[in-house]
Amino acid sequence: MTESPVEDSTPAAAAPLVVLDNVNKHYGALHVLQDIDLRITQGEVVVLIGPSGSGKSTLCRTINRLETIDSGTITVDGRPLPAEGKELARLRAEVGMVFQSFNLFAHKTVLENVVIGQVKVRKVPRPQAERTARELLERVGVGAQADKYPAQLSGGQQQRVAIARALAMKPKVMLFDEPTSALDPEMVNEVLEVMRQLAADGMTMVVVTHEMGFARSAANRVLFMADGRIVEQNTPDAFFTAPRSDRAKDFLSKILHH
Amino acid sequence: MGFLFEQDNFALFRDGFLQTIELSALSALLALLLGTLLAAFRVSPVPVLRAFGTAWVTLFRNTPLTLLFFAVTFGLPPLGVHFSHLVFAVLALGGYTASFVCEVIRSGINTVPLGQAEAARSLGMTFGQTLTLVVLPQAARTVLAPMSSVFIALPRNSAIAGAFSVGELYSAQQTFSERGYSIFAIFFWVACAYLLISATVATFFRFLESRLAVVR
Repeated sequence: MTESPVEDSTPAAAAPLVVLDNVNKHYGALHVLQDIDLRITQGEVVVLIGPSGSGKSTLCRTINRLETIDSGTITVDGRPLPAEGKELARLRAEVGMVFQSFNLFAHKTVLENVVIGQVKVRKVPRPQAERTARELLERVGVGAQADKYPAQLSGGQQQRVAIARALAMKPKVMLFDEPTSALDPEMVNEVLEVMRQLAADGMTMVVVTHEMGFARSAANRVLFMADGRIVEQNTPDAFFTAPRSDRAKDFLSKILHH
Repeated sequence: MGFLFEQDNFALFRDGFLQTIELSALSALLALLLGTLLAAFRVSPVPVLRAFGTAWVTLFRNTPLTLLFFAVTFGLPPLGVHFSHLVFAVLALGGYTASFVCEVIRSGINTVPLGQAEAARSLGMTFGQTLTLVVLPQAARTVLAPMSSVFIALPRNSAIAGAFSVGELYSAQQTFSERGYSIFAIFFWVACAYLLISATVATFFRFLESRLAVVR
């Protein structure tokens, strides 16, 4: 982060919820994450943007260890990420994840998709889990679809179910890996609206997205990544009106004028 | 054709038939359980288990079944392992078929999109939960067709047990031959019996396929 001084907009007093310390990762010869340092405080909404291949999805996925890292440390809620096993499974339950391709369980109904994690992982009694699931489905606006299978829903509906499924675990932080990139344009807003609501409710969120409107309106902080580095980070207003780095200026000029 | 109903021939035939069914059913059960376990090993994150699964498949799938029967029937007793001939036959046939079941299930697992397992893991499911609650149920449907081939081959492979002192259908044929009956008549009845078993297995799998087709 030599190119830009870091202006941390978060209050120094609050203990950070997610901390990445000098994280590095390689895919063979490709250095996808280079010396990543990042602190995310409780209730903060961090939006990751940048050109494709810049490492933003990878970064997002390292936080619940769907991607392993080569060096550095990641802690969530003060605890370092454990190695593969029961301990890691427990931690993953605290970190919600929403994928680009929804990844709803195709052989389960919508309701069952939201119930299964609560029952099997959190050991919540089934009636209570179903009640929670129906509330959440109602909240994301797909309550009427509870008994259908995922394939019977539109992309936007599926993604909202996926958000409900993650929320059912009562996570401390939610990761969104390009949640609207696989959606038809008319469905993007219904998903972003749910995410905006979530942000307004104080959920800690890490969002990889190409939706600059969402970044502007919902983010506390925008991180701009390129070539595996966090090149620039700032408040959305400052970033979008006056980007400091050439990479960011170049990127914004390409996406904001069409 | 009529010899079957002379003397005690029918009883011998019936006992052989039942023995073949018993041997096949037990071997199928062992193959299914062991094969599923081996498939889980082969996709597990633990290198030792993966190596074990690969080694098992390589060894058992590439060894002639007759040799496996030899190894089990004559190799285990000197090591102090003593079972009935039937149990030895079940071990050989089950262990052999398990290697095929393993590969069929593994191919099924590979047809389930990776995102399904990632979603399961991101909810905090363990490897075992991910496999049994999310991946295997979805693999089941694609696996049925090749699996039926494996389990149709199994009763026919069980004929080798006849050479290792198990009184099954094929050894009944040997007795009939020794008694001097027409070879065509004998094989007609034996073939009918195997056909009946295979057809039953095939019908069962077709039933499963139609049942699972509704889900989703």
